[in-house]
Amino acid sequence: MLQEAAFTKVKAETSNGSGADLLIEALKREKVEVIFGYPGGAVLPIYDKIYDCGITHVLPRHEQGGIHAAEGYARISGKAGVVIATSGPGATNIVTGLADAMMDSLPLVVFTGQVATGVIGTDAFQEADILGITTPITKHNCQIRSVEEIPRVIKEAFHIATTGRPGPVLIDFPKDIAALIGEAPTDPEISLPGYQPTLEPNYLQIRKLAEAVSTAKKPVILAGAGILFAKASDLLLEYAEQQQLPIVNTLLGLGSFPADHPLSLGMAGMHGCYTANMALYECDLLINIGARFDDRLTGNLKHFAPKATVAHIDIDPAEIGKNVPTAIPVVGDAREALSMLVKQDGKTPQHSEWMKKLESWKKEYPYWYENAESPLKPQRVMEMLYEKSNGDGIVVTDVGQHQMWAAQYYPFKKPNRWVTSGGLGTMGFGLPAAVGAQLADRSACVIAVLGDAGFQMSTQELAVIKEFNLPIKIAIFNNRSLGMVRQWQEIFYEERYSHSKISVQPNFVKLAEAYGIKAYEITTESEADSILNEVMEANEPVLLDFRVAESENVYPMIAPGKGSHEMVGVKK
Amino acid sequence: MKRIITLTVLNRPGVLNRITNLFSKRNYNIESISVGHTEQEGVSRITCVVNVENGGVCEQITKQLNKQIDVIKVTDISDQAVVARELALIKVQSLPHTRNEIYSLIEPFRASVIDVGKDSLIIQITGESDKVEAFIELIKPYGIKELARTGTTAFPRSSQRTNQAKNYSIV
Ligand SMILES: Cc1ncc(C[n+]2csc(CCOP(=O)(O)OP(=O)(O)O)c2C)c(N)n1
Repeated sequence: MLQEAAFTKVKAETSNGSGADLLIEALKREKVEVIFGYPGGAVLPIYDKIYDCGITHVLPRHEQGGIHAAEGYARISGKAGVVIATSGPGATNIVTGLADAMMDSLPLVVFTGQVATGVIGTDAFQEADILGITTPITKHNCQIRSVEEIPRVIKEAFHIATTGRPGPVLIDFPKDIAALIGEAPTDPEISLPGYQPTLEPNYLQIRKLAEAVSTAKKPVILAGAGILFAKASDLLLEYAEQQQLPIVNTLLGLGSFPADHPLSLGMAGMHGCYTANMALYECDLLINIGARFDDRLTGNLKHFAPKATVAHIDIDPAEIGKNVPTAIPVVGDAREALSMLVKQDGKTPQHSEWMKKLESWKKEYPYWYENAESPLKPQRVMEMLYEKSNGDGIVVTDVGQHQMWAAQYYPFKKPNRWVTSGGLGTMGFGLPAAVGAQLADRSACVIAVLGDAGFQMSTQELAVIKEFNLPIKIAIFNNRSLGMVRQWQEIFYEERYSHSKISVQPNFVKLAEAYGIKAYEITTESEADSILNEVMEANEPVLLDFRVAESENVYPMIAPGKGSHEMVGVKK
Repeated sequence: MKRIITLTVLNRPGVLNRITNLFSKRNYNIESISVGHTEQEGVSRITCVVNVENGGVCEQITKQLNKQIDVIKVTDISDQAVVARELALIKVQSLPHTRNEIYSLIEPFRASVIDVGKDSLIIQITGESDKVEAFIELIKPYGIKELARTGTTAFPRSSQRTNQAKNYSIV
């Protein structure tokens, strides 16, 4: 049961140094390029080693910004984002980011300082029980108890964070251990008898799925972020073309299948398109690959895919059958599963009727809005951002209406160009996540699509953008309100706009300028056109304050409690 | 329905917190939980009795438990032939005229008296939960002063009569 081989290996080389030295060495072994960290008392021994360690260190202006930046970095680079925070308030400041990363399965390795071992449990200065606080929102967490175990624990943390279903791992690092000198193996063996994610799917289940596909009349694939984590977009494309299977994307799965492909039906969910939602409702075979049937996707479960045989490919067995009864469960890595599926023989589905129907829906019910020269329409701004970036930007969003418009009006052709807080829906995520995304891909055109309220939850990170001269295009969709809240109040609360309209707002242009960042206020389409032409290619950050229509709503919409076939606002 | 789930876990700091946390996070009810060392150093065994609406919920519980890094193995043994035992200590009021009666109840239950005081007895009983339950009901009228129960601990019998054993942990 215990991996015996792990214990019989010859004793590895050891190295001598302080706990902090061993930490830095371990990070280097993991080829960490960037640390998002904020110093403080409990991590001073670690910071003394960071001083000249050679790894890029980014100082966010708030720890929450640091962890969101690490999330953006992880999403784009596919590697673990590394975060360091001090004990107590430093550690509690990253709690939201951990919950966010847990929900969206982002690999993070987070170090928190802790008070010295001798005073743990005495309510010492800046002590917080961060293990207790973060147990439910981390894939794993633990505390360093001795110098010797540091290399192993860190190696295990990276392994856990990045394999299986990725997620955040937190290591609590008592101050005295960081300063203590000890001897430890440099290449420790991982010892995790309880952690062996299933990668290779069961062949019989794959056969069953292939047979279901060959007899389906109305098949559809639901492609989630699991495809992106598994780097399986190419195989998804191959399989979809081979079997002529139409693809619906989840919000987080955008980019896993090229949006301009004839088989792409677009995004499903609360603000997804008619065709995608109706395809889920009408299908007779639903193949979920790497999505978790989140309630914002399914709507009322009673009406979800009522006629379908459900197949679900997921690396996390607990997701299968959690929300939707599943006839064909396939536990495994999406890439492995798809590579097995493309090799199955069997006839392709006879589903020309279905394909015709889907095609006609696509024509009949595209996303729509009514344009106007003034006030500027947010959907139009999004379209322009798409055009001016040749559809090749990395789009990072905050949370709210603008997020949905970004998902709707920026059709991704490639994987890993989309960073958004899907599961937790964390306002304040966008600006720092853009920092991380740009650090992961220095040459990309990173567009931060933000609401005016969410921007104000992370404004301070402008300083980092300036410091590293990250050429992020910060697009604020300024509707002078908490737009998504305002929309719900309009529709469900008789237009009683309780605290969703913002009467006092800073001058965003001046604010950006105070940070030394160029900025423009934009009120018309022609202004948008000329300014975007000017700044899109610039090799420096720029902030664009788009003054958009205040009472625009996101449509279509599945109201809470409704089924995916009960969308409103599908047509003009 | 009642289900018995057993776990073997690495005996690392916080592991019990991790398990109980998961139950409350996912809104599952634990009837009882018992923990102790096993024959293997560094490995503990946890037995949880849960009350769930249906088998699906129990399957979710076992899968979620299995995801914990420090959890080595999770098994729903409810459908197997198992030995399940619980221990209870009961301090019951005993007056000269009731003492004999109490003793006569103890015997058929194979319980034992482990402490005798001036006006009370401490009784120890082991067995399946139902038996313990039944005994407590019988003894109640005499006046229970204090009661402590360990919760069930269990494992499968060496020989299983049927091969219907359900094991959710290898999904
Ligand atoms: C931290 C946090 N607090 C509150 C919310 C609830 N919420 C969701 S969208 C929204 C409004 C966002 O307004 P804004 O950033 O201006 O974006 P808009 O919807 O106007 O595009 C709020 C308050 C949230 N998602 N996150």
